[in-house]
Amino acid sequence: MSATEEDEIITEFVVEANENLDFLDQELMALEKNPNTPGLLATVFRRVHTVKGACGFIGFAKLESVAHVAENLLSKVRDEEIELSPPIVTALLATADTMREILTGIEAEGKERDTDCSALIATLNRLQNPAAQTAAPQEPVPVAPAPVAAPVPVIAPASVVAAAPVPVVPAPVAAPAPSVAPAVKVAPPPVPVPPVAAAKGPPAADRAPPSESSEARPSSLSDSTLRVDVALLDKLMNLVGELVLARNQVLQVVPTIADPNFSATSQRLNLITTELQSGVMKTRMQPIRNIWEKLPRVVRDLSLTCGKQVRVEMEGSETELDKTIIEAIKDPLTHLVRNCVDHGVERPADRVAAEKPAEGRLLLRAFHEGGQVNIEISDDGHGINLEAIKNKALDKGLITAEQAGRMTDRDLQNLIFLPGLSTAAKISNVSGRGVGMDVVKTNIEKIGGVVDVQSRPGLGTTFRIKIPLTLAIIPALVVTTGGDRYAVPQISLLELVRLQGTHARDRIELIQGAPVYRLRGNLLPLVYLNRALQLQEDAPPAGEETVNIVVLQADNRRFGLVVDQVNDTEEIVVKPLGQHLKGITAFAGATIMGDGRVALILDIVGIAQHANVITQHHDRGLSQQNRAQEEGSVERRTMLLVLTRDGRRMAIPLSTVARLEEFPRKDLERLGDRQVVQYRGRILPLIDMVDLLDGKGASIVRDGGDTSGDQTVHVVVYGHGQRSLGMMVDKILDIVDHVSGASVESAGGAAGSAVIQQKVTELVDLDALMRRSEGTFLQPAPASAVDARIGA
Amino acid sequence: MADEHQQFCTFSVDSYTFAVEVRKVQEVLRFQQMTRVPLAPGVVRGLINLRGQIVTAIDLRRRLGLADAPAGTLPMNVILRTDQGAVSLLVDKIGDVREVSRDLFEPPPDTLRDLARDAIRGVYKLPDRLLIVLDAEGIIASTAMRAPTPAPTRVEAKAGRSGAGADGMDSKVNGRALA
Repeated sequence: MSATEEDEIITEFVVEANENLDFLDQELMALEKNPNTPGLLATVFRRVHTVKGACGFIGFAKLESVAHVAENLLSKVRDEEIELSPPIVTALLATADTMREILTGIEAEGKERDTDCSALIATLNRLQNPAAQTAAPQEPVPVAPAPVAAPVPVIAPASVVAAAPVPVVPAPVAAPAPSVAPAVKVAPPPVPVPPVAAAKGPPAADRAPPSESSEARPSSLSDSTLRVDVALLDKLMNLVGELVLARNQVLQVVPTIADPNFSATSQRLNLITTELQSGVMKTRMQPIRNIWEKLPRVVRDLSLTCGKQVRVEMEGSETELDKTIIEAIKDPLTHLVRNCVDHGVERPADRVAAEKPAEGRLLLRAFHEGGQVNIEISDDGHGINLEAIKNKALDKGLITAEQAGRMTDRDLQNLIFLPGLSTAAKISNVSGRGVGMDVVKTNIEKIGGVVDVQSRPGLGTTFRIKIPLTLAIIPALVVTTGGDRYAVPQISLLELVRLQGTHARDRIELIQGAPVYRLRGNLLPLVYLNRALQLQEDAPPAGEETVNIVVLQADNRRFGLVVDQVNDTEEIVVKPLGQHLKGITAFAGATIMGDGRVALILDIVGIAQHANVITQHHDRGLSQQNRAQEEGSVERRTMLLVLTRDGRRMAIPLSTVARLEEFPRKDLERLGDRQVVQYRGRILPLIDMVDLLDGKGASIVRDGGDTSGDQTVHVVVYGHGQRSLGMMVDKILDIVDHVSGASVESAGGAAGSAVIQQKVTELVDLDALMRRSEGTFLQPAPASAVDARIGA
Repeated sequence: MADEHQQFCTFSVDSYTFAVEVRKVQEVLRFQQMTRVPLAPGVVRGLINLRGQIVTAIDLRRRLGLADAPAGTLPMNVILRTDQGAVSLLVDKIGDVREVSRDLFEPPPDTLRDLARDAIRGVYKLPDRLLIVLDAEGIIASTAMRAPTPAPTRVEAKAGRSGAGADGMDSKVNGRALA
């Protein structure tokens, strides 16, 4: 066997063994919770056995001996000689850790490192003895991996290690077969679980089928999937990026060439490229479950060490993210979870005293919203102690007493992200991993995300992370300033404001020379992009005064970026800048536009810092708004506020809105009895919001449409798959973080109502509305239906 | 470097003839559309799209402290392979690939201006003219890139005889700062 072949075998072994160990972690914990799960013990047994068999074959004696002892222990449990207890689970988990450690060594050096496993082996041996079993529960606190080994005689390991290699040969053959069947008669249930306990002691055959099916599943999965090197996927991704650009360039040439074949071919190229792009993007998408499933283990170990009880719940674990982002948020997420268990959740006694269940609850939530992924980590602990934070920040000189006095609760909460305010000082081995909250924040911002904390005293703390779906291709708003195009990542974009005529002159006011704009009563600091980039200032052409303000959010501060022109939103392929330009913080990278020219991508945080927006003390309007939100529940959704033709205020969850558009009224066309508009090369059916809520099939076409006297139509575009629909509203009012609760059912298609910005607002569930009227708008109606309506 | 002869890609800027080792040159392109980079040092003229790759274009005139080209003239691109990826040098005109004997090499004179010093490796004394050899890595050296105007700081002059050391550079250090 050549050296490379051997390397390959070892690499494959390491990957597979690691995978098995990851599953082992989850299965052990599932088993601990519910010892009667049919076949689970057998699966656990098989995992350990597989690893043991493989390392016996390749010749990793140490790994094999550890696996062997663990297997012995498991077989005792399986044969009902001993009961599965938390110390056993802890020891088995510790075994998995040790095996991982050895595997890391093997991966790096190709051979086993000199890891000391004697203590672990001794523990595993001791636990095999039922006498030790009964003694075990009396041990003080069930303890994290390391201390378990402490009270063990040192003589034991030697004999075990020596004995280990002996049964190796028969084991791979003998063990798998019986492991399935006997496993079914799992130890008598220490904790009766209703359905299983009721069926206590049924014949083995009754429970055998599920265990077989659970065995069949993984193999069929491995048949239909294969491992691909991430580097290869990255390369494919880059090539697809190139293809997209080449396609864009071809499409620009199409109109100039009068050859029907060419235009048909390029259309095909267009479609195939789009599909290919989404396909390749998908290969890189992974469910967030991949990192979440490691967290219950972290929580288990940590809560044992802290003497706490914490239950982990997950919502939306299927939410998909790009692999690079998954990797980037792994550590920050783990840190936040540890933080919640360590600092958030109280000890059982304190919880009971506070009239809460003894067991704390840690909720992980993930969902898509507006092209981003939201991740929330919340606990139901005692919340952040604002006084303590404030005092600590004062102590360390991070803020002045005067500043502290002016700070809102929200500002104080966000102080935990300051570098000097590491919580690590409080508890050493738990949080002091060198990853402070400031590092969490930096890491999340590095991938274009934002993190925020909300805490309510006595009720709990919620960390909210918003991150982009992918880093390679991002939606961006293209703007023009000084004759050049710049891309603004959509993740920072809040809204666009356009001031025309006299407004352009009057509405921008100066505070000590700093321009501000009153956006719905709150002062919005303005940054002129041409000044920030030190470009030549062209005098605006007389008579045609327009100010375009791109309202952005950077680092929890809002500001308006004034640009010459707002072009369009586009999916852009992010390309890095050369090393020698990395020093310019105003740019996050560059991209290639459809015409082949390069455009720079603005780094919003960099621009804000450059223009001193971030270092300024918070603007009051914003904090007031935040304070209002804090009084309510933690549960929030971002809502779009609109005003309908008949003057009703409606709130639509932003996650269901694809885009907001304005069309000149003259562009509206008729198709049968409905109004449509040409939009992005397709026909977009339009319906008035009021008609939609009233359940009417289509809008009455209002000739002239001058009811509002407005020459522009405001449209909320709803998109679902390939279909889309535009809803006409009178006015788009605002985008707010809506505090849910206190809503009453209301008639007329709305899902309820709530008080938003001190006014009663109807809540619209677009998805439900669309489902109700499915087929009426979203696809071309049959001709007869159209005729009928025209007749009526 | 054992060869007696080396191949150089030559090009002209202003009245000078410059050369870069052939293996350092990826390709030569006519004028390309550029996107300027605000806030960047003056030597960075912009970014070009090289078949989907974004490449920084460096104005060799500015890099060497020469006067800007007359308005309206379009520079050519010499794409260099460097440790920091591809970089484009904007030059006036592309010349031939020339093979020159190492015997003709001489390190740069001490009187060279600071700004040019990192960028210039030495000179080949051809019968009809001087061929100034540029150092691809030196051109994009970060200190030079960040300080577009000559800074009269400490100068490490490289002086010595040809033939000594890999590139004929001796380590005799002159602490002379020259205007």
